[in-house]
Amino acid sequence: MDSEKLIEMYRQMLLIRRFEEKAAEMYMMGKIGGFCHLYIGQEAVAVGAIAAIRKDDYVIASYREHGHALAVGTEPRRIMAELFGKATGISRGKGGSMHIFDAERNFLGGHAIVGGHIPLATGVGFAINYEGKDQVVLCFFGDGAVNTGVFHESLNLASLWKLPVIYICENNFYGMGTAVTRAMAGPEMYLKAKAYDIPGELVDGMNVLEVWEKVGKAVERARHEKIPTFLEVRTYRFRGHSMSDPALYRTKEEVNEQRKRDPIVTFKQKLIAEGILSEEKFEEMEKEIKAIVDEAVEFAEKSPEPPEEWLYEDVYA
Amino acid sequence: MPVITYREALNQALREEMRRDERVFLMGEEVGLYQGAYKVSQGLLEEFGEKRVIDTPITEEAFTGVGVGAAMVGLRPVIEMMTFNFSIVAMDQIVNSAAKIRYMSGGQFKIPMVIRGPGGAAHSLAAQHSQSLEAWFCYVPGLKVVMPGVPKDAKGLLKSAIRDDNPVIFIEGELLYGTKGEVPEGEYTIPLGKADIKRKGSDVTIIAYSKMVLLAMEAAEELAKEGIEVEIVDPLTLKPLDETTILNSVRKTNRVVIVEEGWEFGGFGAQIAEIIYRKAFDYIDAPIERVAARNVPMPYAKNLEMATIPNKARVIEAVKKVLYFD
Repeated sequence: MDSEKLIEMYRQMLLIRRFEEKAAEMYMMGKIGGFCHLYIGQEAVAVGAIAAIRKDDYVIASYREHGHALAVGTEPRRIMAELFGKATGISRGKGGSMHIFDAERNFLGGHAIVGGHIPLATGVGFAINYEGKDQVVLCFFGDGAVNTGVFHESLNLASLWKLPVIYICENNFYGMGTAVTRAMAGPEMYLKAKAYDIPGELVDGMNVLEVWEKVGKAVERARHEKIPTFLEVRTYRFRGHSMSDPALYRTKEEVNEQRKRDPIVTFKQKLIAEGILSEEKFEEMEKEIKAIVDEAVEFAEKSPEPPEEWLYEDVYA
Repeated sequence: MPVITYREALNQALREEMRRDERVFLMGEEVGLYQGAYKVSQGLLEEFGEKRVIDTPITEEAFTGVGVGAAMVGLRPVIEMMTFNFSIVAMDQIVNSAAKIRYMSGGQFKIPMVIRGPGGAAHSLAAQHSQSLEAWFCYVPGLKVVMPGVPKDAKGLLKSAIRDDNPVIFIEGELLYGTKGEVPEGEYTIPLGKADIKRKGSDVTIIAYSKMVLLAMEAAEELAKEGIEVEIVDPLTLKPLDETTILNSVRKTNRVVIVEEGWEFGGFGAQIAEIIYRKAFDYIDAPIERVAARNVPMPYAKNLEMATIPNKARVIEAVKKVLYFD
């Protein structure tokens, strides 16, 4: 991979991290309401995976989707404005944190019933084949979704119908407060792919290059051979399930241990060691991203609320 | 005009719309090789092939979601529920995905999709296979709900539903498939959201839909022998509801009976009654009567089943009650 692409991946991860930190700050100030699920710690998954697809491919995610939207290129200010519930939000202030959609970038949303969007991804894969195209779908969900019926039903259909869908479980080891080991029989979940006769693989979700490479292979299989894949990407969220979760179900030691695997810190070390980026360049990038995030907040603050006339719009086409 | 069955009318609608638009496909359990559990899709596999007539495993939640996903990116799915009883399994996809994605995305996506299949009571199928769920769907903003009672309406409305850019719940009558009626020759559609006066009359308005239209017609004929002229309004589309046609009839007759096959408590008829009371209160000369299913799971035994669902005697009794005949 050329160094420009490596730098871009780092930049995207840093943008997500700083964006989410700012979102947390704004939430604490009461600027953002509802549920707000941060992506901090998991940045390498969305960035590495989305780096492996084309612009005309599709991405769909759960309610922890700010990072995926940023990775497909949705403007940070439109996402922040959505979190603020403003008219300039990407979903016109009607979706909020859990329902970021960006049709222009083939980002099919933010869905907030665990597992509920997995059959949608399957349907997009069906449509791609129906129209004889060669696009693929990346479908992101958490470990909790692997216990739902629709996950299994979808993998069955994807395998049966040879759909170009890559199902990506971001295993952060907790479905809200319940550890995977307390929720799942057979917690080596990538093995479940065997039941549906499709490739299943374990991926280190703290290593953006490994994510990129393994998703890339799955994308090739999907695009050229119509073979779906199930990837278990092991990652960790450094914050609670949502902003209202103090995460008392796990120890500080565990979190500190995981923080040593911070995907941004480790990738930075690698880029420095390989002489791809200097400390000064990192400083510059930090400043540039800080400016983007600050501008996003300013834009969201200044934007008007959605007018009441919009209440009944968008119910029906 | 040719006389065909309700089943044939639906088949014609599907066939015509699939010929008209390559993006339309039919997906569901037994729709292809088996030719449809109720034979609505008879011959479609032969004409359109496996690409467009797709047999699924028994996996309602997933294939309903597949329909929504395909609709999001430009196809126009027709998803068949072998019966609407099985749509309960797919309710998350219908309510949380199909109905809401347009709104949640601020209008960025549309879901042009039909979910169709038989509903309502059938003979001796007992509680899990014999029920009317239309009130559930009508409750959800973002869905349209259509329930035709005769072949002509079934064909014209299904064609409109397929061309509509919204998710449409299209509930056919399980006991109506074999019923016959006149259907216009050639191409026609019936618009969604427009009611039909099935019978003109001046004494009392019966509002009935789906199979209950036929029951209302039978009752009206018998009442006519006693000199009572019934007007029958068939909403055809329950959501969006054509309030104007209903209210105009009510303002003319001043007396109302609402007949539905669903449960009485929380049933769709209660919504119609509410609209009439709110918007035409001064025109009503007697409390509105409702004839609906008894509030019990459907029993198997024939006599108990008959005691559960509306029948002609109950409709006639209700009409006489609003006319203060004792």
